Amino acid sequence: MKQFISFIRKEFYHVFRDRKTLLILFGMPIVQILLFGFALTNEIQHAGIVICDYAKDETSRKIISKIEASNSFEIQKMLPDHAEIEKSFLQGNTKLAIIFPENFSKDLGHQHKAQVQIIADASDPNTATTLTNYATNIIMDYQQELSNERKMPLSIVPELRMLYNPELKGAMNFVPGVMALVLTLVCVLMTAVSIVREKETGTMEVLLVSPVNPFLIIISKAVPYLFLSVINLIVILILSVTLLDVPIKGSVVLVFAESVLLIITALSLGLLISNVTRSQQAAMLVSMMGMLVPTMLFTGFMFPIENMPVPLQFISYIIPAKWYYTIVKSIMIKGLGFEAVWKETLVLIGMASFLLLVSFKKFKTRLNEDA
Amino acid sequence: MIKEVVIKAEKLTKRFGDFIATNEVTFEVYKGEIFGFLGANGAGKTTAMKMLCGLSSPSSGHATIAGYDIYKHAEDIKKNIGYMSQKFSLYEDLTVMENIRFFGGIYGLTPKHLKAQSDELIETLGLQAEAKKLVTSLPLGWKQKLSFSVAVIHEPKIVFLDEPTGGVDPVTRRQFWDLIYKAVEQGITVFVTTHYMDEAEYCNRISIMVDGSIRALDTPSALKQHFSTGTMDQVFYQLARGAQRKAD
Amino acid sequence: MKDVVLNELVKTYGKGSVLAVDKVSLEVEQGELFGLIGPDGAGKTTIFRVLATLLLPDSGGALVTGLDAVKDYKTIRKHIGYMPGKFSLYQDLSVEENLNFFATVFNTSITENYDLVKDIYVQLEPFKTRRAGKLSGGMKQKLALCCALIHRPKVLLLDEPTTGVDVVSRKEFWEMLKGLKQQGITILVSTPYMDEANLCERIALIQNGRILSIDTPENITKQFPDKLFAVKADNMGRLQQTLRNSLWIKSCHSFGDYHHITFKNKSLIAESEWQTGLQHSGMLGHIPQYPQIAALIQTLQESGFQDIEIKEISPDIEDCFINLMN
Repeated sequence: MKQFISFIRKEFYHVFRDRKTLLILFGMPIVQILLFGFALTNEIQHAGIVICDYAKDETSRKIISKIEASNSFEIQKMLPDHAEIEKSFLQGNTKLAIIFPENFSKDLGHQHKAQVQIIADASDPNTATTLTNYATNIIMDYQQELSNERKMPLSIVPELRMLYNPELKGAMNFVPGVMALVLTLVCVLMTAVSIVREKETGTMEVLLVSPVNPFLIIISKAVPYLFLSVINLIVILILSVTLLDVPIKGSVVLVFAESVLLIITALSLGLLISNVTRSQQAAMLVSMMGMLVPTMLFTGFMFPIENMPVPLQFISYIIPAKWYYTIVKSIMIKGLGFEAVWKETLVLIGMASFLLLVSFKKFKTRLNEDA
Repeated sequence: MIKEVVIKAEKLTKRFGDFIATNEVTFEVYKGEIFGFLGANGAGKTTAMKMLCGLSSPSSGHATIAGYDIYKHAEDIKKNIGYMSQKFSLYEDLTVMENIRFFGGIYGLTPKHLKAQSDELIETLGLQAEAKKLVTSLPLGWKQKLSFSVAVIHEPKIVFLDEPTGGVDPVTRRQFWDLIYKAVEQGITVFVTTHYMDEAEYCNRISIMVDGSIRALDTPSALKQHFSTGTMDQVFYQLARGAQRKAD
Repeated sequence: MKDVVLNELVKTYGKGSVLAVDKVSLEVEQGELFGLIGPDGAGKTTIFRVLATLLLPDSGGALVTGLDAVKDYKTIRKHIGYMPGKFSLYQDLSVEENLNFFATVFNTSITENYDLVKDIYVQLEPFKTRRAGKLSGGMKQKLALCCALIHRPKVLLLDEPTTGVDVVSRKEFWEMLKGLKQQGITILVSTPYMDEANLCERIALIQNGRILSIDTPENITKQFPDKLFAVKADNMGRLQQTLRNSLWIKSCHSFGDYHHITFKNKSLIAESEWQTGLQHSGMLGHIPQYPQIAALIQTLQESGFQDIEIKEISPDIEDCFINLMN
């Protein structure tokens, strides 16, 4: 028993003297509670909605004002023609569109029944379902109100149309997300570990003391993983298309090009991590913890980013995977071309260049001081 | 005078698949002896030592350590021996006192006994000023000496030392052996491996392992006479030269 | 031409809290086989890393083949061969693959400089397809040496190449170094083994970041300040204690089967004891000019020691190192 106590006491010493472990032990739960408690929510607010009101009468306006009053929606535009709805969706921010037919009030008055069309951007099926439900609830509310007023059962039937993903397949959403996650993680982890391994075995020392340009040492580390990641990508795409029925509506070449861009960004990040870690374990830890959790949370395929508090939204802006996810979804699910994604592509290019520059500068052609 | 046998190994063998690391090793060690267990790297020394310490089970053969059977009473063996190696000795992120207290605790010393031992230990090594410092801040030589003292703090019957003086400066090396002599005076048997041939001379008897078997076992002077040479260095070299296991 | 020059080199770690190298100055001539001898923690590896242009010194100068280790590191890296501790080979590549790789890293090929490594490589050839991780310590050492030589460097920096290697391989290694020296390569080797010091042309003894002495092994031993004697008796443990307690003895250190002792200056010994000694020296007919010896033997005999043997010996490097440490 005494031995046991000796051991326990010793273990306490080890724990309290290891600052990094303490940080993880106490810091992580706090961060997680805050994140999941406050910041990350599936509730949606201020979703962009466009309305095409052919009826332009009292009933439709009442519904529209209810929508306006609702926190969940923010009316972006009142469209004169439903042909412009598609454009609005493609431009990005519109999540839902409602069309009131010309005879809306008349139908309600004469036939006690009218239809409303609700079109949702179902490339994110979860959001689409939620928003459609919100809209339907508002309409049902009004239906109840009106029924009471007119002392007559009335029925307003929303006709739902899910754009881009009529079957509301989750795969549409998460396949691009998984692509982003996998490519990021693998590249970051593998490059970091590979470089640090050379540092650990001491072979890096010998390489540094040679005429080889350190630049080449680093690039040679990244090349196999670039190659393997592309193969990975091909496998994921094949599986998604054949087994999960995920379409590639847009240009496959563009998907590959953007993917290579993400891979390069992730490889550069791996290089940066390898510069500041000394052991393979540390490299793995930083890659996993530093990359896995933020990438999962802030890419947008699990929790909508628009609904996070602003500071967290800023965090998501610096996650390369987020930009890639938007790009890939637009190309694969919505069938868009480069014109739609050039802004995000530019951001990725910027990130890749920045990371490459920083890791080259930081790559020490000499050993760390306390090696 | 019949000498008490504290270690008895009989045809002790360890096999890893087809490879026989230790091959039917047989010898005895007497109480109060300093027994040198020599051999080149890869000769099978470490494997043999691990078996004797109860850290690894033999493939065949038999041994008794401090009277305990290594198959049936491995745990009792561990209570009666001390162990120190070059690679691990003390916890670097604990202080000198904390290390002493910890190891004293796991060897089952009563608090009173532990206090007496640790006071004496610190006195002998002159570590009064360093008692509360982290071990990592001590120079290598002091770590080694402290490590040895901690290994014998519970006054075990036998202490196993695995290359305890590697890389240490010549003066500290000798101070280390002073500590060994003191331990022997208290009746502890010392089983030590080393690469320093002059240290082989400090032993009462030496065994030299080559390719998994013991090729020589005797006092240093007898060995030197047998190989017609004046130094242990030469004796060792002559035996090791014929070794097969150079590329493994 | 001096291939290696260190001028008051200072290097600290941990923001100045650890002084690893304390104003070290030394020079190595071209083609010399120079040994840096000292225990772990003496500063050897730090010095090597500065010379290999891997670490920046805090202050002081380091020149390799006449070039500054800080400014001209790119050029220096083309002309040195570096073997850090742990041998630093690719464990999962074979012998051949390792050698090929390092050859290309230095823009050469195995065939180009084969004559240089031939004698060493023939011992490795039977294992050339074996993974480096599966070689014995001695074989790894030889492979690492080949990889460091393959580009025909001007200066070889070998940091503790014999540590952790069996005694036979150690001897073979030094033979190989002698062979390389004849090819005109300057070799700087570090080792904690004092007996290897004699195999170098010149050595520097280093301890706690400071140089204790630089010279040929012979000259260093000649500078040993006192006469050295070896003493032996039947109970060496008790003998050491007795000697240490003796008023005649200045230093006593165990050296295998003998203890090495030096005597105190005559002036430090009380006149009365000196007289006693002189008396006894005549009686024992023993080395009359060293009455201390006679007195010592007398004391030992009186204490019950048997088979006493005392002889004068010449000091070796370890004796000198210990002496310089104090």
